[in-house]
Amino acid sequence: MDFPIFHLDLFGNRLLIAVIATLHVLINHALAVGLIPLITLLEYLGFRQRTTNPELARQWDGLARKIMVTAFIITTSLGALTGVGIWFSASLVNPAAIGSLIRVFFSAWFAEWVIFLLEVVFIMAYVLTWKKSGTSLPAKRRHIKAGAVLSIFSWLTLVIIAAILSFMMDPGNWENRRTFFSGFFNPLYVPQLYFRTPLAMILAGSFTLLSIPFFTQKGTEIHSRTVSFCSLWLLVWLPVALVGALFYREAIPRAMIGNLPTAVATMAFSQWYDSLLLVICGAILMAMLIAGWGFLKPARLPAWLLIFPLLASFVFTGMFERAREFIRKPYVIGNYMYANGLLVKDYPLYRETGVLPHAVYVDTPQVTAENRLKAGQNVFMIACSRCHTVDGINSVARKYRNLATKGQPLDAEAMKTYTRQMHNVRYYMPPFPGNGEELDALVAFIIEAEKNPPALPGAQTEGVVISPLHTLEAWPKNQPDKGERP
Amino acid sequence: MKVLVSLFAVVPLPGDIPLPLPLPEWLLVFLLVVSFLLHILFVNLMLGGTILALWAEIKGLKEPGYDGLAREIAATITVNKSLAVVIGVAPLLVINALYTLYFYTANSLTGTMWIAIVPFVGTAFLLLYFHKYTWDRYRSKKAFHIFILALALLVFLFVPLIFLTNINLMLFPEKWGTIRGFFSAMWLANVIPRYLHFLCASLAVSGLFLFGYMRRQRYPFTGRCPGLNRARVLKNWYRLAFFASLLQLAFGPLNFFTLPWRAVTWGLAYIVLSGLVFATGALILLYKEINGPEGRLGRYFYAIALLLSITVLFMGTGRHLYRAIALSAHQKKVLEKTGPYQAK
Repeated sequence: MDFPIFHLDLFGNRLLIAVIATLHVLINHALAVGLIPLITLLEYLGFRQRTTNPELARQWDGLARKIMVTAFIITTSLGALTGVGIWFSASLVNPAAIGSLIRVFFSAWFAEWVIFLLEVVFIMAYVLTWKKSGTSLPAKRRHIKAGAVLSIFSWLTLVIIAAILSFMMDPGNWENRRTFFSGFFNPLYVPQLYFRTPLAMILAGSFTLLSIPFFTQKGTEIHSRTVSFCSLWLLVWLPVALVGALFYREAIPRAMIGNLPTAVATMAFSQWYDSLLLVICGAILMAMLIAGWGFLKPARLPAWLLIFPLLASFVFTGMFERAREFIRKPYVIGNYMYANGLLVKDYPLYRETGVLPHAVYVDTPQVTAENRLKAGQNVFMIACSRCHTVDGINSVARKYRNLATKGQPLDAEAMKTYTRQMHNVRYYMPPFPGNGEELDALVAFIIEAEKNPPALPGAQTEGVVISPLHTLEAWPKNQPDKGERP
Repeated sequence: MKVLVSLFAVVPLPGDIPLPLPLPEWLLVFLLVVSFLLHILFVNLMLGGTILALWAEIKGLKEPGYDGLAREIAATITVNKSLAVVIGVAPLLVINALYTLYFYTANSLTGTMWIAIVPFVGTAFLLLYFHKYTWDRYRSKKAFHIFILALALLVFLFVPLIFLTNINLMLFPEKWGTIRGFFSAMWLANVIPRYLHFLCASLAVSGLFLFGYMRRQRYPFTGRCPGLNRARVLKNWYRLAFFASLLQLAFGPLNFFTLPWRAVTWGLAYIVLSGLVFATGALILLYKEINGPEGRLGRYFYAIALLLSITVLFMGTGRHLYRAIALSAHQKKVLEKTGPYQAK
């Protein structure tokens, strides 16, 4: 309503955030939160062997350093940039949502930043002083201690971000109290943190296991010993992850009470919920088997097999991310703001007056016979375009086509009836916000778009047209609601 | 209001996010100014360092000592770039909270380039690491090695333009309706002068930093840059800082006079002029150092760094003051529009 609408009509806006965020989560869980304690432990174990087997100790230390440097390069380039990218993409795709979240969670994000800054300083000190620390015993001890401190800082970043992620799924008491702590300690916080911690450790273990063959030769003592150690690491964390995943799974339905309004939604959820159990058990069992093999017979474990624990952890992570979809939708902030960026409490007014009179950047503040298609396009941009494209990924035209009879043109009346009811059938859809005329215009636009898919550029290329109702000159006269915003 | 409404411009009046600011406004402003200056310091070092490393590596083709010098400078870039990014998150967060409406609008209107910052900078960082860790491997393929650094530099030279375009565009709601994509916003008055001002600052700051870095007692200069005269190199860093700062006497006023005048006040002029006084002090000391005896090189280093830091504080405050004045009338109206809503 109040921001120019950025739009990608081929890939869709959701995908932009999804790609950046997924990369960031995988990199940071695996290579920062999980890897640093593992590397510190590797370094310590190498250090302990300095008297009994100095050559092995040297190799052990070198391997730990090489894996750490690899992770360091990835985290401080792709990891850091995708972190910033989440902010950038969220502010482009849903400025009202991220703007609101920042106002609620500023302190948490600021604290996160302080810890993050310290983490980066420590991580640089840790990596850049590694070689030098090998020159004396006290220096090496200090270096290992620095690794331990760094491990704690990495985990603290997770402690904070888990609160924000779980808040988005279930704000709990925040709606009533609107305080920072009521948002922070939301119902899903502890289950999320408990789940994500071992998950990070497993991702790190899988990554390390996979990278060992790149840095050591099969058949050597260093190869066998480190494969065996990383397998043990996985064997220790996998049961913890199993308990964490089951705990989190248990918490999900509680967080969703009232969120599944229909039988169809309940069915979709219960299907996913059952398959989640299968994935949890399947992925953990497979990883346990490979880790068990690696622990007992490290020299016989084929290198290609090592890709599987990592893939399994990816699937495992992705499956749980789906929970957020179930729980969060149709909201972006539970019961406060819908995924389209419109506030729940504004809906009654929008239904009465339509959304267009309240939109700052539209050239059709009212639907008329002449501007119907253009108005329909504007309604699409306001109400649908945060998740849908017209003709690209998750295309709204194809959604209606799938509902229609094959070979027949789209039926406007059926589309309108469906759109008014869709939030009851598809629990994840926000209700249609506009009035009857706007629904007519939207449907006309979609029918036309299905026949002749239009190029639908966003504000990033086309710029904006300012609604005559929302210019500085028009304020406060000409307001759709007589001087008060919806 | 008259200053805001020009005859030709349609000024949009959106409503703000109907939630209170997370901290008192003065505290957010303080955090914004301080964290931004800290961020930009490391950005300056990253960009200036990349320019100088490239220059030294090319010069090193004929004088091997400079190759060592380039390697030394390159080693600082990857550290400075990490700090630049991580420190940059704080001002990003604060400006998101404080100027939500203005900042996000500018972001949307330049969205393609705005999001392209992520792959651009990510690639540049990977190129820098590649460059750093292949110095010995590509000793016989120097042209390729230099090319990698040049690519990273191209990115570093372009990305500040994207940021400056956004920061500039957010100040002028009267322009929002006229923008068609990033480049039309980039050519608004003041973006290029600000960019030149920033480029010169990067060279000046890097000159001073490298002087401080290489004058340290423990720094093994001869081992790292064989064949180079330490005092001469140090003086050259001072010369760079001196001439780049001197150029600011041209780019600074260019920047000031291309600002739209509706928000230029005497208060702003006083702040900028006060900054100039300290800058002049730094220039005089730099001049003395450059023309002084080699044995006493560095005697004014801390004084120069302090004077330039004070200059930067003044300029940073002036920069914020201009933003506050430029937006105040519009913000008042936005608040009026959002206000009754917030109270409900």
